[in-house]
Amino acid sequence: MSSVPRFWRNIGVRYNLEGTRCKECEEYFYPPRNVCVNCRRMGELEPYKFKGTGEIVSYTLIHTAAKGFEDQAPYTLAIIKLDEGPCLTSQVIGDIDKIQIGTRVKSVFRKLGEDGERGMIYYGTKFVPLDP
Amino acid sequence: MTIGIVSYGAYVPRYRIKIEEIARLWGDDAKALKNGLMVYEKSVPDVDEDAATIAVEAARNAMARSGVLPSRIGAVYTGSESHPYAVKPTSTIVAQAIGATPEMTAADFEFACKAGTAALQVCMGLVGSGMIDLGLAIGADVSQGAPGDALEYTAAAGGVACLIGRNESELAAIIEDTYSFTTDTPDFWRREGMPYPEHGGRFTGEPGYFRHVTNGAKGLLEKLGTTPSDYDYGVFHQPNGKFPRKAAKMLGFTKEQIAPGLVVPKIGNTYSGSCLMGIAATLDQAKPGDRIFATAFGSGAGSDAFSIRVTDRIEEIRNRAPTVSELIKNPVYIDYARYARHKGKIRLA
Repeated sequence: MSSVPRFWRNIGVRYNLEGTRCKECEEYFYPPRNVCVNCRRMGELEPYKFKGTGEIVSYTLIHTAAKGFEDQAPYTLAIIKLDEGPCLTSQVIGDIDKIQIGTRVKSVFRKLGEDGERGMIYYGTKFVPLDP
Repeated sequence: MTIGIVSYGAYVPRYRIKIEEIARLWGDDAKALKNGLMVYEKSVPDVDEDAATIAVEAARNAMARSGVLPSRIGAVYTGSESHPYAVKPTSTIVAQAIGATPEMTAADFEFACKAGTAALQVCMGLVGSGMIDLGLAIGADVSQGAPGDALEYTAAAGGVACLIGRNESELAAIIEDTYSFTTDTPDFWRREGMPYPEHGGRFTGEPGYFRHVTNGAKGLLEKLGTTPSDYDYGVFHQPNGKFPRKAAKMLGFTKEQIAPGLVVPKIGNTYSGSCLMGIAATLDQAKPGDRIFATAFGSGAGSDAFSIRVTDRIEEIRNRAPTVSELIKNPVYIDYARYARHKGKIRLA
């Protein structure tokens, strides 16, 4: 898992889906960008908190989990397109039979992982089907 | 000074295990247990849920219901007997996750099953004194029962958050008064570093639960000059279905008064969330003007009693977040093997 300072720097991004939005072209960015890719120096970015709803673009089922995720396997890892536009990768919680391309999802607060029994616990956003 | 509940929010994990399934493993008589405990199934957290994630979900539901700016919150206090860290507050995680940081104070509370109401009383004090504008009090737990122990049949997971304020136009319910009854009674404990709590078996009943609940409740009724018939609803800490029914009867509350808040048969004992869950379920259906009498109990031991009067605003905010009955419907039933995995009872190398 990531180092403590690296995780801490992104707490807002991970807990609350904090990104940015360009006032010029109205494009949304997650994770947040400092410069708008469309407007460059003409753009003006402002902080934006995503609503947390979206749909599954694609997904895969992980059986052979990476270190630190063994107790969560098998789990679904999906590319989710947020309603405001940006895509992100996240776990989708719930019955695998209910998860399909196009399934509507919403964000929830969960444990992402931990550095063993003595280390830090990493919290953040995962997704669940809107109609479980 | 009027102090009350601006908003409330609950959260219960989706998974359930039935009493039959736990009894099957240990060779116990499920029918006798269900008759004795009056609990039929209990909630189980997902593998990635703990007291902090439950507290956050409950707090977010309370915030969604309130419609107030999180920056107005001056204190976040989370009560739990299963804080994920021994040192490192759950409350800072919650405060960050609802956007209330950084101009605020926070701390974690522990008083067995009444840590949530202890947090609520502290918020009442800080709000009432004018030290803070709004305070968020949470009771959340993923309670532990040792494999094969009697507690395993009821130790459940869930949480409730209450936003406390003093601006009368914002209050969904006014807290008319509170009263506590506390003694040093070792009926239940967990030592540092131990995974499961110990308890005094039958000793937890009379000198623990009943002495404290009835004295706490009587103390508040005497203080206010009210009787059980002055209330539309009664809520008593629900470690099982039997104790709150018996306590209600001893005090003179009817079955009908306690029915809306009695959620333990379907979700088990949510510890620090238990009494608050009963209050939340009652607020979910109470009408403006209704009065609710509630008494929380925490082993160790103490009770916190509250007299609550519902205002017109309840109708306005109620449907902005899921009700307790909405949260507990459509459960996913799991067997003991999966329950053991979800609860971390199986240790991976």
